[in-house]
Amino acid sequence: MTGVLAVTVPDLATFVVAGAVVLASAIGVVVARNPVHSALFLVATLFGVAVLFVEQQAEFLAAVQVIVYAGAIVVLFLFVIMLLGVDRPEGLARDPLRGQRPLGAVLVLVSLAEILALARLHWATGHGTAGSTGGASGNVAALGRSVFTAYLLPFEITSALLIIAVVGAVVLARRPHRVSQQQYGARDERMVATERSGTGRSGTEPSGTGRSGT
Amino acid sequence: MSVPGAWYLILAAVLFSIGAAGMLLRRNMLVMFMCVELMLNAANLTFVTYSRMLGDVAGQVAVFFVLIVAAAEVVVGLGIIVALFRRRSGATADDFHILKG
Repeated sequence: MTGVLAVTVPDLATFVVAGAVVLASAIGVVVARNPVHSALFLVATLFGVAVLFVEQQAEFLAAVQVIVYAGAIVVLFLFVIMLLGVDRPEGLARDPLRGQRPLGAVLVLVSLAEILALARLHWATGHGTAGSTGGASGNVAALGRSVFTAYLLPFEITSALLIIAVVGAVVLARRPHRVSQQQYGARDERMVATERSGTGRSGTEPSGTGRSGT
Repeated sequence: MSVPGAWYLILAAVLFSIGAAGMLLRRNMLVMFMCVELMLNAANLTFVTYSRMLGDVAGQVAVFFVLIVAAAEVVVGLGIIVALFRRRSGATADDFHILKG
């Protein structure tokens, strides 16, 4: 690996600025009280990652990152937040599992140390067969050639995956028919009764008719 | 000469850890879901970094597929969350302990 002195100033500045944006925004996603703020911090993180993609000659992926992630996925998140109205503070006063938060922090630090230790090892990485990255100008062409030749079958399978996801989302979010609504209501009451006769640990009231009107 | 790939890998590792911390420490299901996206982005950054270091476009193809799977995952996951919130008005993952087997 070449030394630090070989790094040009624009590359270094881009990396430092984009990396700082990525890390600061990621911390913002985790610590923000309001889920809407978390979603907006997520947009900043995704933009920073897109800048780092451009810096590493992956221009097409940077464009896809901005369009798909920042343009579609985050909008979907915001839509669900607005639809459900869940921008309420969460109750962090009690832990459902004893010592969950300190244990989680320790687990994160251990996993970070493990990843960094693994990064120092040398892995057996043979030369791939998918072709070069195409340099500064031909990235899209190289990626397209690879997707539509060597990886054609996985690419076709992803179309089936997307269709399945669309059908699943429609089935999940579909409001039940009026005929079967009574069945759903009966099941709901039975669930509530089970809840009340159970441990009764949860302090939330079951949803009434107010939610179904939205 | 561009920035060494090891720096990108360290950045991706830290980003992954932040996402894992949010997944373990937060209770709001939507924020936990966003933290999953953070971890996926860290993995994507690692893929692109190795793609540049090894001069092989296969890493970028992997990122392409990760993006597709992430989109499908978000659609189905948010559908599940909407279906859950339609039943119950709880805001946190602990309110759904009735789902455990």
